[in-house]
Amino acid sequence: MAEAIAFYTLAVLILGLGVAVVTTPKTVHSVLFLVLNFLCVAILYVVLRAEFLAVIQVLVYAGGIVVLYLFVVMLVNLKRAPEAHEDPRRLARLGLGLSGAVLLELAGIVVYSYGRAAPSSAPAAPVEGIVGNTEELGWLLYTDYLIPFEVASVLLLVAMVGAIVLARRES
Amino acid sequence: MPPGFSASDFYYILPELVLTGGALVVLLLSVVTPRRDGLLLGVSLATVAATLLGVASFAGLDETVSRGLLAIDGFAAFFKVVVLVSAALTLLMSAPYLRVEGLRAGEYYFLILCATLGMMFMASGVDLITLFIGLETMAVSFYVLAGYLKPNPRSNEAAVKYFLLGAFSLGVLLYGMSILYGVTGTTNLAATAAALSGQGPSLVLVLAVVLVGAGMGFKIAAVPFHMWAPDVYEGAPTPVTAFLSVGSKAASFAMLIRIFLEGLPSLGGEWTFLFYLLAIITMTVGNIAALTQSNLKRLLAYSSIAHAGYLLMGVVAGTERGVAAMLVYLGVYLFMQLGAFAVVAAMRRSDVVGDELKDLTGLSRRSPMAAFAMLFFMLSLGGIPPTAGFMGKIWLFGAAIDAGFVWLAVIAVANSAVSLYYYLRVVVFMWINDETAPAASPLVIGPAMTVALVVALFGTVLFGLYPQFLFEHAEAAARTLEGIGAGVALR
Repeated sequence: MAEAIAFYTLAVLILGLGVAVVTTPKTVHSVLFLVLNFLCVAILYVVLRAEFLAVIQVLVYAGGIVVLYLFVVMLVNLKRAPEAHEDPRRLARLGLGLSGAVLLELAGIVVYSYGRAAPSSAPAAPVEGIVGNTEELGWLLYTDYLIPFEVASVLLLVAMVGAIVLARRES
Repeated sequence: MPPGFSASDFYYILPELVLTGGALVVLLLSVVTPRRDGLLLGVSLATVAATLLGVASFAGLDETVSRGLLAIDGFAAFFKVVVLVSAALTLLMSAPYLRVEGLRAGEYYFLILCATLGMMFMASGVDLITLFIGLETMAVSFYVLAGYLKPNPRSNEAAVKYFLLGAFSLGVLLYGMSILYGVTGTTNLAATAAALSGQGPSLVLVLAVVLVGAGMGFKIAAVPFHMWAPDVYEGAPTPVTAFLSVGSKAASFAMLIRIFLEGLPSLGGEWTFLFYLLAIITMTVGNIAALTQSNLKRLLAYSSIAHAGYLLMGVVAGTERGVAAMLVYLGVYLFMQLGAFAVVAAMRRSDVVGDELKDLTGLSRRSPMAAFAMLFFMLSLGGIPPTAGFMGKIWLFGAAIDAGFVWLAVIAVANSAVSLYYYLRVVVFMWINDETAPAASPLVIGPAMTVALVVALFGTVLFGLYPQFLFEHAEAAARTLEGIGAGVALR
């Protein structure tokens, strides 16, 4: 039941954000919506108990690829009138508020953890028969799905060569 | 070595490994020895030949290897031979074309070889993952190849159009595949068939069939998913267009047959109806649109759309004979279509683009050999005896009637009659002697192009006079397909 509620909420969010990505007039906003979209997909992976994929989704897609998008969007000079803010100190206030929130959070952590025994440094013994998410995935990729995995490397090489071919300036 | 991991996994993909190695060697050679295009062509051709040898030596096998991901059977071998031969002919006609256009050969040959690698995995994959990775490898190579003429805006347009529509169609295809996985819990085609056997069609499954059918329909350029084809065919470099219309189409048909005949036999009623409709609209729209074209590459694009419609008849029939007839037709189509594009590529000279119908004016005088070859390719595409195209059509239409689709065959025959008009129009242009036409630079056909033309012509004529060789191999190949016995009626 809880899973179904989580799934449908996420599905609506993902679709809504997807629509927002393509309908927003400002490119930067569109890319930021894409980040939110990827994060929601990552949560979906967590719901499915594929934690490794969730982390990869955040690191690679939300972190790496979208940052590249943002670079490109900001490098190509999209001609747009600079936004005129009536209040020149708006950003300073926002920054103050945010740093205050972080400070509060840190203080909360310190207060909460103070006086509790430090957790024993030895990790919990692995439960028999249950293999970690990452390990399982690695097993599958390097045994059962080895050949598609290797073909995917050729695919990436083709994409790299192709990008260079198309972007290179002819001498 | 981890358990469940053996050298045999690599033994069975030796041809693919050779091809990959060759492609990498070509890429490295193009860096260390620049401007040695002849050497690069030689290495590429040798790689394709070695791969062909490997495929031929595995042709007799019928095994599923690599834990159900790949099938090394006669069906895969047939398609691999088709794509390798078309890759070889494409390489041959590319060499002079690249020289005229002043393009770099190294990356071009590398991309052609990688596209071929993707096609080989599409031919032997029996798991949705392998099939998809193969398709993607082929598609990405073609996106780049279509835009290889960088200064030419039409080539840019072709690349962007193909990329955007290709990415969209792959998304549709993946959506269908993910529904199939959701219903059956497996990506393996044999396991999918087992999981669905005895189950009636549900709404979700019909949706999956429609989505996968649409995604594959884009790749084979079936109407109404064909809108990209004329523009991409026209804008891409001519040899790339040739490879796109033969290799890519053949491999996509292999994948389509694997998914639907091997993976979804229990939904036969649904997809037979879908492809029945697709076949009729595809051949009709393709042929009618081709009638009014004045650009030779666009004309051949619409003709190739129409041929996708004929080929779909084999899928609709769904019997062993239907599949065999489709294989025969693909084997024939390979030579006549590549031959026609080779002539178009040969027309490209330093001062003439040569892809308009009127550029053919007086070709019979300027280059009798090219005109003679083109005559045969056109007659064969139109299906006139004694060419191979006639034999292919007879078999294909016969198989459709045999499976009970008489009206489909009738419509196909009517379409072939219509198609004769524009094929013969090409021939008429070649024999017009227009003295007032401005003198273009003479047609020089170099050794590589000569070999390509002669091989294509040889195939077109040989399989018209002596089709048994092709028939036997196609029948043997169709027999190795899982899930279709001679008597399995899908309807």
